[in-house]
Amino acid sequence: MSIRQAMLALLEPEPMYGYQLRAEFEQRTGATWPLNVGQVYTTLSRLERDGLIEHDERVDAAGAADAPDRAAQVMYRITPSGRGEVSAWFTTPVPRTQPPRDELAIKLAIAVTLPGVDVGALIQQQRTATMTALQDYTRLKRSGRASRPDQPEDLAWSLVLDSLVFDAEAEIRWLDHCEARLRRAAAEGHLHVPACPTRTADSEEVRP
Amino acid sequence: MSAVVLHLDNVTRVHGEGPTEVHALRGVSFRACAGELVAVMGPSGSGKSTLLTIAGGLDEPTSGTVSVEGAVLGSLGNAGRARMRRTSIGYVFQDFNLIPALTAAENVALPRELDGERSKAARLLALAALEEVGIVDLADRFPDEMSGGQQQRVAIARAIVGERRLILADEPTGALDTDTGEEILRLLRNRCDAGAAGVLVTHEARHAAWADRVVFLRDGLIVDESGADVADELLEVTP
Ligand SMILES: Nc1ncnc2c1ncn2[C@@H]1O[C@H](COP(=O)(O)OP(=O)(O)OP(=O)(O)O)[C@@H](O)[C@H]1O
Ligand SMILES: [Mg+2]
Repeated sequence: MSIRQAMLALLEPEPMYGYQLRAEFEQRTGATWPLNVGQVYTTLSRLERDGLIEHDERVDAAGAADAPDRAAQVMYRITPSGRGEVSAWFTTPVPRTQPPRDELAIKLAIAVTLPGVDVGALIQQQRTATMTALQDYTRLKRSGRASRPDQPEDLAWSLVLDSLVFDAEAEIRWLDHCEARLRRAAAEGHLHVPACPTRTADSEEVRP
Repeated sequence: MSAVVLHLDNVTRVHGEGPTEVHALRGVSFRACAGELVAVMGPSGSGKSTLLTIAGGLDEPTSGTVSVEGAVLGSLGNAGRARMRRTSIGYVFQDFNLIPALTAAENVALPRELDGERSKAARLLALAALEEVGIVDLADRFPDEMSGGQQQRVAIARAIVGERRLILADEPTGALDTDTGEEILRLLRNRCDAGAAGVLVTHEARHAAWADRVVFLRDGLIVDESGADVADELLEVTP
């Protein structure tokens, strides 16, 4: 999973505490994929179990301190095999499994085949929702630290935002495309007419 | 306070008549407030340019009314509308519409001069507008000595010169690469943040996303809208 690789890679330059790792991750990705504390420590303990990191115990073993507090005192460092894993991550392409808009594609694929689903309205609602998200990303891009990235972490964050922008844009273009094709199919009688108002006289072809 | 700068009330526009008539707009109500940038999206032929030319007083509605800063365009007469177009309304045409025999600065200064401004003062305003779009160094070039993106920026400078309250732009990023396109959007955005009302026609979602509101047009009707309507928000706030 990418969180595991990302945390391991963040440990490459220098050892860190768990809470530091989380902060460094969010410095680069904003709140796009929020990490909870539990997730951070679960991931760290798995990385350690697999021999990719090890920890320095700087705790005054004052005994029964509660677990999260003790965990916060532990500093993690990467091992040689951890470095190997990081370099393998950076030199291997991410597999194209499970594109993020699968649910939408599936929903539409089912919707166009079912009578009684207003596919035109479905598309329009999705487009408006995605456009609203795109407006939010754009607002983040033109204000705040992504607008004038002078730190590498800020540049990273603005690139993550760009990725979200491109995804949303692609989804809207795909929805436009679906709408146009469905309208054509409806005009040719292959489909129940979608919800959008259809053209009158001017678009009706007069066939000889 | 956000004043309504542009208001279209139940506007229709029918081109031609009889069997060939085209209902380009079928009852569109629309407004843009000071400080607000509104994007209009829709497929080819949905009525975007028709809406914009009517908003700019370049075309007249078949029925319904258009007001700009409270003045109903239909009751202004030709001279009044022309004056409005020179002073209050900035229009960026899809194909730039620059005059080839005039330099960049002269093109930008033209609406001010037509409005009776002395040419020196008009040139100063033109240079300021060219500065704002980042090409003041090209002020004395002719359109055919400039790239498409540079001509586009001259066209935008002409639309913003002076204190235009309403800026209407029809696909202003048409032939531009993504970076230059983004610069143009930033510029429009800044103008609106400074108090103008802007309406932007675009087919690029990433550009529409710079707007406060995105209006979706289909076959001459507004079918949906994303983002908050400033005026509606105000209405909700007032007890
Ligand atoms: N002068 C005209 N005479 C007849 N029909 C016209 C005229 N101008 C526009 N139309 C028709 O009105 C409809 C809306 O045209 P409009 O130019 O507003 O579309 P648009 O949304 O701007 O399209 P595009 O994205 O292609 O620029 C179209 O069907 C068009 O053919
Ligand atoms: Mg058009």
